Amino acid sequence: MGSTRNHHPIVRITHWVNAIALTIMVGSGLRIFNAYPAFARRGETFCCYPFEHKAIPRAFTFGGWLAGARNWHFAMMWVLVINGLVYLGFIYLHGEWRDVVPRRSFPRDAWAMMSYYLFIRKRHPEQGKYNALQRGTYFILPIVGAVAVITGIAIWKPVQLQWLTDLMGGYVWARYWHFMAMVVLVALSAIHIFMVFTVDPYALKSITIGGYDENKSPEARNARPFYHLFARPRPDAATIAAHPSLTPTDSFEAAHRPSKNTTVEKKL
Amino acid sequence: MTIDRRKFIIVSGSAVSSALIAACDSRGPKGAQRLLRYAERKNEAVERVLLRHTSMDSSIAGSHLAGNALPSYFVSKTVPVWNEAQRGKWTLEVSGMVDRPLKLTLEELQKLPRITERVNHYCVEGWTAVEQWTGVRMRDLASLAGAQPAAHYVDFQSFDDNYHESWDIESAMHPQTVIAYGLDGRMLGPAHGAPARLFSPVKLGYKNTKYLTRILFMPVRNGGYWSDLGYEWYGGL
Repeated sequence: MGSTRNHHPIVRITHWVNAIALTIMVGSGLRIFNAYPAFARRGETFCCYPFEHKAIPRAFTFGGWLAGARNWHFAMMWVLVINGLVYLGFIYLHGEWRDVVPRRSFPRDAWAMMSYYLFIRKRHPEQGKYNALQRGTYFILPIVGAVAVITGIAIWKPVQLQWLTDLMGGYVWARYWHFMAMVVLVALSAIHIFMVFTVDPYALKSITIGGYDENKSPEARNARPFYHLFARPRPDAATIAAHPSLTPTDSFEAAHRPSKNTTVEKKL
Repeated sequence: MTIDRRKFIIVSGSAVSSALIAACDSRGPKGAQRLLRYAERKNEAVERVLLRHTSMDSSIAGSHLAGNALPSYFVSKTVPVWNEAQRGKWTLEVSGMVDRPLKLTLEELQKLPRITERVNHYCVEGWTAVEQWTGVRMRDLASLAGAQPAAHYVDFQSFDDNYHESWDIESAMHPQTVIAYGLDGRMLGPAHGAPARLFSPVKLGYKNTKYLTRILFMPVRNGGYWSDLGYEWYGGL
């Protein structure tokens, strides 16, 4: 039960509603984009998109045709926004925001994670619920999501809410920022999915049916991408003698958090 | 019951990915269409609340007129041209729920108070074009004909096959909604809806009927060419 890496049911539900809604928003958005896969006004050129008038492959689109995609997009936007507000409201009131807002030590912690993944650092840094790179990602995602929503409204109502569209630099730029927000969301989601399956597939349980085995955490397993597929090398005897904390097995977790699960359960 | 971890990952992973692959480039499940129509009606309610006659479109400073880059769209097989020899002189009929039905020739239309506006054309496809329209405000035409208060909708009909689109009266009475006969300082050509067409920056391009023949004030909405095919009936901006 009380694992620090478990997720509250509201977080689990909003996560999957978001996953479905975002997938449909991206797919239908790309189908809408394909109706005019460019940003330039008619009779003008656009500076900042190298693939003007190149359509997105149909396999990545959703909705079948322009009207179908628009209908999906304008229906699913409410699901995405309401679900997002429920999630943000919940983590604010319930305290989970503390797990995602970067700490003062963020640059140092993020570098520690990066150097670990780049094989510069040997052992997985100590972390709370999330490592520094996760914190950064989960903190940025709602902000980019908000940018996507605001630029989306600016495209939807460029005349009635002209002040908002003007704030984005006009309709053409609002469309561009909307597209770029999507690119960032897709890129971060792709990294997220890759890392889940290659570093910590055991976390799938905690985001679906709930529950997480601390002994399977990336730091306990000292895991980099795909490390769960290989046998872990044992440190040699001299290394273990020099660093008693480098116990090579699952007891690593117990060595670092001896007071947590083991002792309490024995007393009960 | 315990679920084998490996099995769980394989089953859930393949279920999600096969659902995604099946959904790609499809129109989505049939049952969802009713929900989508429900969402469209709710969106229309939101859009109607947002509509202000004081919210005006203005083309951004430094933008260029689209000119010849403005695409020409019509639903007939060839460019619709009014054949005077066959059909007599072109007139624009203003009728339905009005006190004084009108039949205006192009010359009569040109004698009415006119405005010229340089505004954005928002196409449903996502492009915009800056254009300069000259014509008669729809609200002036409505008061000239004496539109009745119960006329909550207006149908704009054309001689481009059966192309028409019906509007809510509030959008039709927006000060930037015009019956245009001039484009970029010249008389409107057959490629863009001559002799006269509807234009407003408060509606998507497809709502703006070209090749106008009749403006019909109605108590109920009357669909439209693209709206009946699945595009939003309201199509507001």
